[in-house]
Amino acid sequence: MAESATGMIDVSIQPGFFSSFVDAFNFIFHQQEGGGGTLVGGPAKVLELTWAQVQVSGLALAGSLVIAVPIGAWFGHRGKGEFLAIGLGNAGRAVPEIAVIFLLAAVIGIGLRDVAIALAILGIPPILTNTFVGVRQVDPRAVEAGRGMGMSELAVLTRVELPLAVPTIMGGVRTAAINIVATATIASFVGYSTLGDFIINPQVYGTDGALAGAILVALLALAVELTLSGLQYLLTPRGLRLQHIGTGA
Amino acid sequence: MVINLRRRALFAVLAVSVVSVGATACGGGNSSSTTSGSNASIQSNPDNAKVTLTVGSKNFTEEYVLGEIYAQALEAAGYKVKKQLNLGSETVALKALKTGNISGYPEYTSTALQSFFSVKPQDIPPDAQGAYDMAKADLEKEGLTAFPPAPYSSANALGTLTSEAKKLGVTTISDLQGKSQDLTLAGPSECRERVDCLVGFEDDYGLQFKSFTPIDPALRYQVLDKGEAQLSILFTTDAQLFTDPDKYTLLTDDKHVLTPGYPMFITSQKVVDEAGPDFENTIVAVQKDLDINTIRELNARVDVDKQQPSAVAHQYLKAAGFVD
Repeated sequence: MAESATGMIDVSIQPGFFSSFVDAFNFIFHQQEGGGGTLVGGPAKVLELTWAQVQVSGLALAGSLVIAVPIGAWFGHRGKGEFLAIGLGNAGRAVPEIAVIFLLAAVIGIGLRDVAIALAILGIPPILTNTFVGVRQVDPRAVEAGRGMGMSELAVLTRVELPLAVPTIMGGVRTAAINIVATATIASFVGYSTLGDFIINPQVYGTDGALAGAILVALLALAVELTLSGLQYLLTPRGLRLQHIGTGA
Repeated sequence: MVINLRRRALFAVLAVSVVSVGATACGGGNSSSTTSGSNASIQSNPDNAKVTLTVGSKNFTEEYVLGEIYAQALEAAGYKVKKQLNLGSETVALKALKTGNISGYPEYTSTALQSFFSVKPQDIPPDAQGAYDMAKADLEKEGLTAFPPAPYSSANALGTLTSEAKKLGVTTISDLQGKSQDLTLAGPSECRERVDCLVGFEDDYGLQFKSFTPIDPALRYQVLDKGEAQLSILFTTDAQLFTDPDKYTLLTDDKHVLTPGYPMFITSQKVVDEAGPDFENTIVAVQKDLDINTIRELNARVDVDKQQPSAVAHQYLKAAGFVD
């Protein structure tokens, strides 16, 4: 045991700590013998499963957006249904993803299409709530100005309210996207292989594979967050950008 | 101690009577396949009363049933028995055994060899004696040991709906040659990288499938029932094979790709030395009537009829004549 000057145990010098990460990275870059008698790991297979996870997540997010943004925007614009919108958001956060995935597997089916549906359902609450709140909280003077200029209600929504609500909406989109990408890991249980394969099968991929899978899911979530932050910056109207530099939660 | 056993046995008999009356009333008339009382009743040896044995098990139905059978049998033999069923995966159970938290638990030869000793599936002997000898030798290097295995083996199986098998005209896995390219196979995601699963079907049988669908084993019958896959990886000891024997067909593994696992009771040499000869003798005797049909039926009583594993174990022991 390595002890530091204060007598506490220095975890980083424990023999297993760094070497597990080294083994995990080895798994990603070099094929190695799996527990099932074949060669596992290596860049090709890792990329294949990572891409599969990205695909189903993208599909699901698109589905969530198509449903949640129009509904949240319309109700936010009308100022009605606040209880439902917020309540749905809270309820959505409380639901355990694994339960939803298995329930839908039993009811709808398994495979890419059905996993995408299940994940889209998971993505709807944060986007719906944030769109509703974002549109509702737009400066009423801007809305009045738009109406005063003769804009139709739809134009007010699309040209005034939605652009000004972008930071809030994108906050919901980012939450949904990260939830979706992370949960897509368990698609391996219901008919669609993702990085979850590496994590749930230590007898074949080893603890190296399991750690590698976990690291990759985390990196994927980080990449999604960075990409959407960049997208948020691009979508935010210049006036708001100047006002709210650095924030956007 | 003796009075408690009698009262518990009486209660179990009453419970069994109530349940079996209820089961027949509901029309669940599956005939029992256990032999009727043809074995010698286990004799209680007072020397064993000073030994306490803790019987463990992993956390699925078959393990609960086996654990209960062994625990109740050892109790009948006069040991003080504690139970620690529901330990978790084999790594947890092995740890509990090594630290002395349990005296032993039922493990499968294939699981022990692959999980504990990293033996590749293709190197595991397919027969009971070979697998047991290899596992025992490896265990002995760690101060552990194993008793001879039960008569049945649990293995993955390539299963399909009987209607589908008839339509395709297949009874063995080799029969799928030339037909498998139109069929979808469902199995646990690890199957893709195992020589005793998909890789073996491709390499040893020369089969190509239309697609492979990774699923959690809990869905293995659902995918067949709903037509989401034509072939599914099932287990030979599944309860469904007892309750719906004509609905599903297991294709014969004529090239021996699917590694069978034989259940053996593993324990430590130290416990064996302390417990005396009745320890091994009781375990070996009581598992004699556990053939594949019996274990399927016992699994079915737990999974389908929702009976308690302890009650089901007692029914087995009583029906086979080991306890009264």
